[in-house]
Formats: sequence, C-alpha cells, structure tokens
Amino acid sequence: MAIEVRVPTILRSYTGGAKTVEGAGSTLIELIDDLDTKHNGLKGRLITPEGNLHRFVNIYVNDEDVRFLGALEAKLSDGDSLTILPAVAGGALGFAAAAALLGSRYPSNRPAAALNRSEG
Amino acid sequence: MARFESLLDALGGTPLVGLPRLSPAVPDGAPPVRLWAKLEDHNPTGSIKDRPAFFMVREAEESGHLRPGDTILEPTSGNTGISLAMVAKLRGYRLVCVMPENVSAERVQLLRMYGAEIIFSPAAGGSNQAVATAKQIATEHPDWKMLFQYGNPANARAHYETTGPELLHDLPTITHFVAGLGTTGTLMGTGRFLKEKVEGIQIVAAEPRYGELVYGLRNIDEGYVPELYDASVLDRRFSVGTRDAVLRTRQLVEVEGIFAGFSSGAILHAALAVAHEAVKAGKRADVAFVICDGGWKYLSTGAYGGTLNDAEDALEGQLWA
Repeated sequence: MAIEVRVPTILRSYTGGAKTVEGAGSTLIELIDDLDTKHNGLKGRLITPEGNLHRFVNIYVNDEDVRFLGALEAKLSDGDSLTILPAVAGGALGFAAAAALLGSRYPSNRPAAALNRSEG
Repeated sequence: MARFESLLDALGGTPLVGLPRLSPAVPDGAPPVRLWAKLEDHNPTGSIKDRPAFFMVREAEESGHLRPGDTILEPTSGNTGISLAMVAKLRGYRLVCVMPENVSAERVQLLRMYGAEIIFSPAAGGSNQAVATAKQIATEHPDWKMLFQYGNPANARAHYETTGPELLHDLPTITHFVAGLGTTGTLMGTGRFLKEKVEGIQIVAAEPRYGELVYGLRNIDEGYVPELYDASVLDRRFSVGTRDAVLRTRQLVEVEGIFAGFSSGAILHAALAVAHEAVKAGKRADVAFVICDGGWKYLSTGAYGGTLNDAEDALEGQLWA
C-alpha cells in the first residue's frame, strides 16, 4: 500500500507526464520529500524557500484541504488519496475581474487558463 | 405571509427547510443529526448573489463611489451579473458586462432582459481576453465603476448582517454551517457572525473541483486567492469533484424535491460528510447549508439526465459553480 498522488497538468513535467504517482510518508512533508527523490524538483514547486506550502497551491487529503489538517505536518496513512491543484478563484471571470484590477500583480496576458467556456 | 414595498425590500428572509430523507439515520437512542437547507433561490433574481449585489451597490452609494446615472462595469456572466443587473435597473444605473461570446444563451438573454449591456470578447481568447477587454474598456472610461466582489467588504458584510442572523434565528441549535467557496463572501460574513454567537460552531467550505481542462494550463505562480478570504474563519475545507456534485444535485431533487444548481450539490456533499462524522461520533448535529440557486440556468448542460459519466463529460471544461 502507498499513498496515491494526483498531479495537475502543469506539474507533470516532473513526473514524466504521469497523472498519478505513488509515494510514502506518515506526514505530508515526508511524502513530499519522498516524491522529490523520485521526481526531482517537485518539492520546490509546492513549498516556498521558507518552508511553507506555496500560497497558490492547494493540497487535499481524501478531498480535505491540508491547511486545516496540520498543513505540512498533516498525518497520512497508507491508502490515502492526495490531490494537488493550483488555486483558482470561483468563476473564470471572477479571476478575470481580479486580474483586471490587480493587473500589474497578476499579469493576464500570459497563456494561463483554458477557460474557454465560463459559468463564472 | 409578508408584503414588501418593492422587489429589493424582499431580499433575504429565505426559508430554511429540513431534509428528513437525506439526513443520515442515527442508532436508537443516539442524538439526532439533521440537515437543513437555506433556499437562496427564493431571492429576487433567484440566487444568493442578490444579497452582496444589493449591499455593494448601497455601500458604494453611501460612500459616494456611485452617483445617480453612473455606469457599473462588471466582467461576469454569472449570478452576480444577473443580480447586479436587477439592482442597477431599480436604482438607476447602467450596467455593462464583459464576457466571452461563447457563454450560454440563457445568461445572455437573462442579462439583456434585466437591461444590462453586454460587450463580447472573442471566444478563442477565453477569460483572459475578457480581462484584456475589460481593462481596455476601463482605461477608455475612467468614470465607469467596478464593484469587485472578490475584494469588496460589502460582499461579506451582506452575509454578516443578513444570512448569519437569519440562520441563528431559525436554527438556534446550529452546529455546522456549510457553504460554497468562490468569492468567499458567504463563508466569511456568515461564518464570522455565527462564530461570535454560537460556541463551538464549525464553519465548513465546499470548494468546486472542476474538470482537468479548467486547471489544464493554470500556472501555480499566478493563482489567485480572493482578498476577502481569511482562513481563520473556516474549520474545514472540502474539495468536491464534478461527479459528486452532480450526484448530490440529483439527490436533492429526487429525494427532497429541491431543484438546485450544481454548486448546491457540491455543498450538500460536504454537509453530508460532516453529518456522517457526527453520527459516527454519536454527537448531535444541526447542519445548515446553502442552496445557492435553482437548476434552471444549467438545464442546457444536459447534466441532469443520463449517466454520471455523461454528466461529467458534459461539464468537463465548465466552471459549474
């Protein structure tokens, strides 16, 4: 048994294109360290140099946000399922509205989102 | 029941209904665990967004940010746009919505009926193009006003002053409040109010997890967390996938007769999770959650019929909450 980790498209360059990978660890940080040995560089995309979870990364254990389960110290068990996702505001155009107002901080002219149909 | 001077006066005061069939069974002698739905589709334009739309406009009027005859610019095609269009019409403002040209026909028709003007951005550019268009328009019209629901404190205040007190009045025994996490306004406002009044209450967020297409090329370094968001108000945060949201949305109508949009299904999924935990722990629970809107605007997705796989396919790439 191991912990299944679902990897978002944007990070699959670290996993050889794999959508899901497996790792081991009794806490989230142990799991991330384990993943980093097999998928070098992944840790740096999830954790800041100061050692915190990146602000725009959300990680869920069995669909629950780890930030409310102890963050990097969240306890894990074999058979758990982990999902990594980029933070997205509710509604594409909500994101758009934010970007429009905060344009200098959140450049909108980069090829960021594939949100061609919107219910925002 | 009640009469009001105008539609805007009929805002809020929505019913809280029990869900006797969807509430989990408890063993004999164990304390009850009950689910309660707050029917926000009973608001004037049929969604919870009427509350923040009205509060944002009223506060902008009071602060002098909005003056009679002003134009409001809002890049949205969703419920907030529809609510703002109604409020703008009744308060005498012009509303200009910017949206990609491929949004659903229902939304375009609704916004136009309410009197909003629509500026389309090319479909191929998606929301990024809508942003660019909105920015362009804003520079050309510096006198046009954006209300910016993601960072506008009046959004959360609407729920602090109305949704929260209504819930406490109707359900003084409330133990959990569950709502969707978009602008975060509902959870921040209602959550803050209830935390001040109800000891030990759990504030639970249900966050939609869309199909992979939506996250596809989203760069982690340019993510976005709404300015209103304060994690300390929340106790739990669940990510709910499309399949679970659709399943629960169908259960709402099949089992309890509540015809709701998919975001409400996602919220029910999280509400059931905490309800089942309470049953396991043998604790009493009164779990109140939000029905954000009715299902009407989403019928054309086709996701109310067919198999769950069909529904998942139909919603792939769509922001269904």
